[in-house]
Amino acid sequence: MNKEVDLKGKKVKLSQHVKIGEKNKMNQTYTDVSDMFAAKGAPSFLTGSEIIRDAVKVASVDISVAYPITPQSEAAALIGELFAEGYLLDYFRGESEFAVMGQCAGAAFGGARVFTTTAGPGTLRAMENFPMWAGSRLPIQVVVTCRGVNSPLSIQPDTLEMAYLLETGMLVWHAETAQDLYDFILAGFMVSEQPDVHLPLANCCDGFFVTHTKDTVNKAPEDLCLPPYDPYKSPVPCMDMECPPVRMMRDPFIMKSNYISYATHASWQQEVKAAVERSRKHTIAILGGLIETENVDREILIVSSGTAVSQGREAIRLLEAEGIKVGLVKIKTIRPFPYEEILEATANAKHIFVPEFNMAGWMAREIKALIPNNERVYEGPRVAGGMTMPSEVIAEEIKKHLGL
Amino acid sequence: MKKRLNIRISGLGGQGAVTSAHLLAMAANNAGLFSISNPFFGAEKRMAPAESYARIGPEKIYDRGELVYPDIIMVYHPQVITMQKSYTAPFYSGVKENGLVIINTATDLLNEEDHKRLDDLNVAVFDIDATKLALEIGGTELSTNMAMIGACIGITNVVSLAEMEQAVQDRFGKKYVASGGTATLDEAIKKKYAKKEQLLQKNNETIKAAYAIAQEWAKSSDNLALAVH
Repeated sequence: MNKEVDLKGKKVKLSQHVKIGEKNKMNQTYTDVSDMFAAKGAPSFLTGSEIIRDAVKVASVDISVAYPITPQSEAAALIGELFAEGYLLDYFRGESEFAVMGQCAGAAFGGARVFTTTAGPGTLRAMENFPMWAGSRLPIQVVVTCRGVNSPLSIQPDTLEMAYLLETGMLVWHAETAQDLYDFILAGFMVSEQPDVHLPLANCCDGFFVTHTKDTVNKAPEDLCLPPYDPYKSPVPCMDMECPPVRMMRDPFIMKSNYISYATHASWQQEVKAAVERSRKHTIAILGGLIETENVDREILIVSSGTAVSQGREAIRLLEAEGIKVGLVKIKTIRPFPYEEILEATANAKHIFVPEFNMAGWMAREIKALIPNNERVYEGPRVAGGMTMPSEVIAEEIKKHLGL
Repeated sequence: MKKRLNIRISGLGGQGAVTSAHLLAMAANNAGLFSISNPFFGAEKRMAPAESYARIGPEKIYDRGELVYPDIIMVYHPQVITMQKSYTAPFYSGVKENGLVIINTATDLLNEEDHKRLDDLNVAVFDIDATKLALEIGGTELSTNMAMIGACIGITNVVSLAEMEQAVQDRFGKKYVASGGTATLDEAIKKKYAKKEQLLQKNNETIKAAYAIAQEWAKSSDNLALAVH
């Protein structure tokens, strides 16, 4: 490829397919994501913010837009250092989270691989952009470092904001640890940029518990990197005011111009939902599954996502010491929701506990809406407002509910 | 090391509570143990309550967040106790039986009730004037956290002095940016010393001095049930 075509004297580069094995200007070799995972070296002991930087460093990201909000500010600042070192084409600070997400959209419309980070009130402030990204099929990746959103103010972890993201049409993943986050960032680009997916990804993690915690992570060598984004694989034509998809820009549906607008809007939303579902096969191929399970033949199960899973793992240890055996289901992708996998994993459970770091209990609702005999689901324990959830509390609540 | 050691550090913003939890975890990581450290604070500002936690153990650690049931509590500033600048009240709530409390103070800050409740749990209390040590040996009170770390490992032996020295080297010996606030503090520390090597050396000397005092105390202390080897 890379064939130059003479167009009325103008040289137009039709495509920039980069082959695996070629090097970029930072002397990194374009490598298949699975090979990058296979080449992981000795463990490093780093904070989650540093992990985000290290993932972006090898992710062939073109553009990142930053705006400070705890607990993602450090990661955003560290990505700025990557730009200074030459790893990104452009990096700048937006005027607000709303502006940042709009600027990300512009960069993605222009064919760039775009990465940004936000948190809590920032996510909500930017919210209008997320369904717009999805509807425009922009494979932007945003790492959401979840924190409290409601007043009185809290900067501590609270996963309520994820509930708002569920129906935006984005892929929504939830990392348990820094290792997950590293893997999800790299895998995320590869999944969300597939032509039959081509959707934005909200890569969520719990602020502080992941971003500010020092933990061991196995990383790919820094002289490897992901193959770059190929905008010509986009399933929709490049969109600008001269070339709107269908009649979106010239005849907005809201104008009720004709019957086509209704049909387009309705069918396009269905198509976006379908694209979310189509991401499964790619995610399974790269991440090995949408859920992880341990001992799901047991009668008592803990089912959750994010740090709640970590706390659940410790609770399982505490209960095991008392002779109470509990299995575990960790949900990695919230959108697409792993319906089949969860049905199968919970088939034999008599009691299902769903610990959550939010007041709403949205994860428990998702599971209750899915499985048969949903009185098996105990909604909790839950903490909110950035409170911590000691494993002892989970263990006690399980014992109390079961009368043990 | 047979079982998990959970360390809760209660300090005030600017004292390096977060840095020292990271150092303890890094040293443990160097020693081949499993460890996790994380901070817990509100807006980053000096003299506001700031906590951090180091969890160290013989098997993989999943637990994170605020440490509600610690084995060891370190108090970096008298105001944690006298002005209740901590996330729990009293500051020792949740401490486990046979635990340990290390307080940076020149005088006893606990009242009779505190002493009785800690005695009932067989929790040992070690007062050490870490700020004085920091001023005398480190040349700045900013080394208070180093003295506290030294005291912690002097009593628990959870990591060796050499492993801690390596962690300090890793943390301060190279470029490190955690946040704007941390970067500013690092600069402030560096300005106190002509050279980075001097900073590392003075900090290590402060750690060693507190380590020796703590070891002496642990040897003579009758009520110290906490043994981590």
